[in-house]
Amino acid sequence: MTTHLLSIKDLTKENALNILDTAEELARITETPVKKLPTLRGRTIVNLFFEDSTRTRISFEAAAKRLSADVINFSAKGSSLSKGESLKDTALTLQAMGADGVVIRHPASGAAQRLADQKWMTGSVINAGDGTHEHPTQALLDAFTIRQHLKQSQGDLSGLRVAIVGDVLHSRVARSNVHLLEKLGAKVTLVAPPTLLPVAVESWKVAVRYDFDEELNEYDVVMMLRVQRERMDEAFFPSEREYSRRFGLNGERLSKLSKDCLVMHPGPMNRGLEISADSADSSKSVIVDQVRNGVAVRMATLYLLLGGN
Amino acid sequence: MSILLKNVKTASGDLVEIAFESGRFIEPKDASKEAQVIDGKGLTVIPGLVDLHTHLREPGKEDAETVLSGSKAAVSGGYTAISAMPNTNPVADTAGVVEQVYRLGQVHGICDVFPIGAVTVGQLGKSLAEMGAMNSSEAKVRIFSDDGNCVWDSLIMRRALEYVKSFDGLIAQHAEDPRLTHDSQMNEGVVSAELGLKGWPAAAEESIIARDILLSEHVGSRLHICHLTTAGGVELVRWAKARGIQVTAEVTPHHLLLTDEKARSYDPIYKVNPPLRTDRDVQALREGLADGTIDIVATDHAPHPAENKECEWAAAAFGMIGLETSLSITYLAMVKSGLMKLEDLLPKMAKNPAQIGRYEGHGELKPGNWANFALIDTSAIWKVERTGIVSKSKNSPFVGSELPVKVIKTFFRGNEVYSQ
Repeated sequence: MTTHLLSIKDLTKENALNILDTAEELARITETPVKKLPTLRGRTIVNLFFEDSTRTRISFEAAAKRLSADVINFSAKGSSLSKGESLKDTALTLQAMGADGVVIRHPASGAAQRLADQKWMTGSVINAGDGTHEHPTQALLDAFTIRQHLKQSQGDLSGLRVAIVGDVLHSRVARSNVHLLEKLGAKVTLVAPPTLLPVAVESWKVAVRYDFDEELNEYDVVMMLRVQRERMDEAFFPSEREYSRRFGLNGERLSKLSKDCLVMHPGPMNRGLEISADSADSSKSVIVDQVRNGVAVRMATLYLLLGGN
Repeated sequence: MSILLKNVKTASGDLVEIAFESGRFIEPKDASKEAQVIDGKGLTVIPGLVDLHTHLREPGKEDAETVLSGSKAAVSGGYTAISAMPNTNPVADTAGVVEQVYRLGQVHGICDVFPIGAVTVGQLGKSLAEMGAMNSSEAKVRIFSDDGNCVWDSLIMRRALEYVKSFDGLIAQHAEDPRLTHDSQMNEGVVSAELGLKGWPAAAEESIIARDILLSEHVGSRLHICHLTTAGGVELVRWAKARGIQVTAEVTPHHLLLTDEKARSYDPIYKVNPPLRTDRDVQALREGLADGTIDIVATDHAPHPAENKECEWAAAAFGMIGLETSLSITYLAMVKSGLMKLEDLLPKMAKNPAQIGRYEGHGELKPGNWANFALIDTSAIWKVERTGIVSKSKNSPFVGSELPVKVIKTFFRGNEVYSQ
């Protein structure tokens, strides 16, 4: 990780821990009354969003502003997928404007890597979610949150058992988390109906369960994934009711979790579908911490990628 | 006047003399005394190659390729007959369109361009196109295909197979169950799971092949499977041939060499339909070609303008060009690997496709046939340069690669139509 952050797969364990440790330091600074550092003064960061995601965009925006960078929000709703301006022309435009860093969210898997690999622009590329591929800063903020609660904010996540529950097939959050948790020494179990797991999931270094109730009390973290209602129309599952009953985190399952188990969700939540309101709002839930920590982790990412020169 | 080609080797290495007159091969002893002599020292003579799967984009998308530019690309790769797929705009589903394409080929006179007609109107899979009229036209169409649109409706496929029997036609099927491949981007497997690109399962290809083999057996018609890509597909064709079913199959050079690992770059130059598969599939395809299960090599030459590849993977067009590198890539995959000898490979690129398409006078160096041949240098190594590509489109996955075997000259009906 020298120029870009495209995927967790590209990171070494040391890279990842460095980001988490840097985020710890930056988080402490932002707790002071003046929440701003001069590190990226005069640098321009573009939030290039081809997909709506207010929460991720404002998180990156807050992170960049706390490092004193200039932020431009570029909402390119008409991606080349929908016959708008091409990724190439957008990149050439950003290059002409002198963007030092581009935070890109795109519906196509690999879009961030394309932007980085092609010679269209020279700035750093930060993947803020590409299709169903990866969402590296989400995994980093999840690891940061787990470490904060279960490892006194230090070291790796060895020995922890993490369940990732739901639509793994279409989830960039799951892919990034599988890679990062494995690098940091945690044991991952994917819980989903077979229709929502990739066909070659056995090549991943994870355990797979089709039954959420099995070993429910042994998890240290239960990470719920958003499930899109329209998946039902493509026959991934029979009905919302059946999905919720078999794979939702409801009050009954919540009560069976171990005492210190964390409940996480990358948001936005479908309350009542994959997670019940009492689970989302319970004392085990660290969902709001995830959002808060997102800013620190994204500050660390920008700082490490752009702060050096 | 006759022309005598001296000092050339055959693919098996024997020194021979080749003679031709008025566009056709003749016995060397029948050559006239004052015959013009061409010295082919150091070169190997091969029959003009025959491609049964070419996209020429004319009419409709002339910025990507035309009959003329595609013909030039063909002869630079040693081809003297190509078969234009019907997915043009308008679709080649009437006698008018196929005659237009055929005539353009004849007017240019660089190589033969044999149109493939659509099976159904507009390639929409609903009602049969007027295949009889296309066959009776000047283009004499015998091969019908809905190309990238699989004829998925079992009844339409059955009727099409039956219907073309009356004029010795055949249906060339792009085997892809559309319900299993909606929005699919690459082979479904380990790599697609990691990349988050929607998978195109091998079963979507194999289930159609299996169904069509059974239909072909039932109605006793000729079936041709386009671009086989999976180990399971090879098994099915092998089984069908053992049962005596009239099925033939093709494989593309790129599927003999590249795997889905290439998608890790997210560079859509590797995006093609059917997709690049796994190493296991590549090995099975090579074995199938070597043992005769797969009858021919076909390029699936698919030109696309730069903007359709200079983008994110999901937005890019499927396909890669192949006419100019076909012989080299196939040689690399089959001969360099030790699986076949050049003299055994060439019939799969010339004689067999000519036989399947009923392209008379093509595919073999024998008296009476058209004097279509190429002179190649089997010891040459050449680098594929973007600027050296003859096709109007430059979407070759082999740009920058060093390849064996160079086409030095190509002759069509006795005329030199390409010289490097």
